[in-house]
Amino acid sequence: MAPTDVNFGRASRTALKDQQLRANFRRAMDGLMSKRAVQFADPKEWHAMRALGASVRVRALSKLPELLEQLEANCTRNGITVHWASTTDEANAIVLKIMQDVNAKLAVKGKSMVSEEMHLNAFLEKHGIESLEADLGEYIVQLDHEMPSHIIMPAIHKNTKQIAHLFREKIKEAEYTEDVAQLTDLARRVLRKKFMNADVGISGVNAAVAETGTLCLVENEGNGRMVTTVPSVHIAVMGLEKVVEKLEDVPPVLSLLTRSATAQPITTYVNMITSPRKEGEKDGPREIHLVILDNGRSKIYADEELRHTLRCIRCGACMNHCPVYTRVGGHAFEAPYPGPIGSILVPQMEGLGKRGELPHACTMCNACVEICPVKIPIVEIMGRLRQEAVHPGDAVKDAGACASMAEALIWKGWAVMNSSPTTYRFATTIAAKLGNAAPASLPLLKEWTSVRSKPRFAGRTLHDLAREKGIPDA
Amino acid sequence: MPDARAAILSRLRASRDAHPMETVASDFTVLKEKRCSPAERLERIKQMMEAVHTEFIDASDQDWPTVVQAFLAKEGVRTLLYAPATEAGGRLASGWGEGGPELVRYDRTVDEFKEEMFTAIDAGITTTLGAIADTGSLVLWPSADEPRLLSLVPHMHVALLKADALYDTFWQVMTENRWAQGMPTNALLISGPSKTADIEQTLAYGVHGPKRLVVVVIK
Repeated sequence: MAPTDVNFGRASRTALKDQQLRANFRRAMDGLMSKRAVQFADPKEWHAMRALGASVRVRALSKLPELLEQLEANCTRNGITVHWASTTDEANAIVLKIMQDVNAKLAVKGKSMVSEEMHLNAFLEKHGIESLEADLGEYIVQLDHEMPSHIIMPAIHKNTKQIAHLFREKIKEAEYTEDVAQLTDLARRVLRKKFMNADVGISGVNAAVAETGTLCLVENEGNGRMVTTVPSVHIAVMGLEKVVEKLEDVPPVLSLLTRSATAQPITTYVNMITSPRKEGEKDGPREIHLVILDNGRSKIYADEELRHTLRCIRCGACMNHCPVYTRVGGHAFEAPYPGPIGSILVPQMEGLGKRGELPHACTMCNACVEICPVKIPIVEIMGRLRQEAVHPGDAVKDAGACASMAEALIWKGWAVMNSSPTTYRFATTIAAKLGNAAPASLPLLKEWTSVRSKPRFAGRTLHDLAREKGIPDA
Repeated sequence: MPDARAAILSRLRASRDAHPMETVASDFTVLKEKRCSPAERLERIKQMMEAVHTEFIDASDQDWPTVVQAFLAKEGVRTLLYAPATEAGGRLASGWGEGGPELVRYDRTVDEFKEEMFTAIDAGITTTLGAIADTGSLVLWPSADEPRLLSLVPHMHVALLKADALYDTFWQVMTENRWAQGMPTNALLISGPSKTADIEQTLAYGVHGPKRLVVVVIK
């Protein structure tokens, strides 16, 4: 495998040893799973909603280029300026230019996974602009210079005590308290000053409606409304797959999203933005900019199987139900998107050279596929990516980067062994006689035995025993 | 970046044309079937919104300004931001008695009194277009006369809800009222006071938006 600085194997081994982290995740994921199950307790309703949600997303993808053009035309007509970026570098440059044009010094940000893809905060800070996360969870991880460990609940890896210490250490006016209401109120006081003084508000987009040029955002805290209403400039960043065709497509998508994500029938706020402040209006931003980001998505779209990755509405339910994610947590993935969706999305965005391990961070148990509200065949795509990783080709960036001569030889040998009765009989006899004598530390065998006991070979093969019972060879 | 636009769209178009996608018609029956009787609607709205700490008070079309004033006085509210140019705002001001909270007019741009709004206003009052039974949500279309921040910045949001403006689903609200033919600058659903569960999944109210949401049901 190509040398890289990310290493899921190493990071997950470290995470597994952290008992506090494992307890925090186990507790949180158990709670989320049982609450979600209550939301979808009626199987008939669940199947119908899910079929509707999947049909909306597939229809949007089937007309993606036209819908993006329609979205752009309608947004432009409504007074929203639309920008296009092929890469995260381009997107960052666009955001910076908008900010420099208004001489912005402080940006407040609502939760946006695309901005995590862009590493936007770090980029802006490098250019002398403070970019402050306003979602409480994102604010917590930003204070601790971390990345979110979950796409919906960014600070889920921390418990109250850890957050209490962090606040006392990092916030000037903080007194130590483990009372969640007091900690929340402290963040309210700090951030309200920032909302009041920010020059620019940055948000993501949960769904962009081509038919009307409307940007939809869901949230519970009110920070999303603050950043899109108080500062005089609002910049929204979205992945190009976030478009839906019609306004009436929004209710099913948002219902599936909020019920799957946090088991809420709907979030506290659904915020639908169609234009900047109009003549005579007394508040709202005077400028709205929409940045449509590709960052590998059009490449994903090129393959008719892999493009279904783009159906995703970012509810995070797949992580909540994933036995791997629950045990290692989000940080082990070292990516903006962890868990099952991350394991198929990130390798396609960043390439299999760097991220070839991720499709293997999966037991193929299918739990994610069963609860995905838009029916993404996650596990099939996972298998496909494992294949792409060892076969050079064009479908995925750096396809074939994980190919190893030794592995290829072993499979070749396996194929030869199984293709004639003579070689098969010979090999199984040898394994039965000598298998137990092979030391666990043999190369390749070691990979298995380092974390498991070495299996014991039976002294006689199954064929041998069957023959003895009088069952003839075929 | 015009180059990026052309490149992205041409890549997408080429890929889609090479492999067109099969679609199935979207069947909205599951949403159409979510119906309940008018009496059940209000009950359900109350039950769902109270579960997330929304407060309800009853009033009539005649007495709601005095009901609101008495409630706010009892709660120790000192200042109420309102929209003087709306019909409800006019009635509020004309029915406002002595000794209650001070009425503050939202009749200029936010830029002219931002600091006051953030630091000196206890409550804000708005109308609504109705409420949704399926999710327990108020529907708001802020306007030039009734600005967006009225329902966001003050610590308490008082919302007037007409008891005959109740819907079953979000989908019903937007299709029956033909929203797609013209969306306002900002449309909102509000389903409770501001809340978060970002600290160890413990629910806490009043993080950035209003700490309290009070719905005045006008019968």
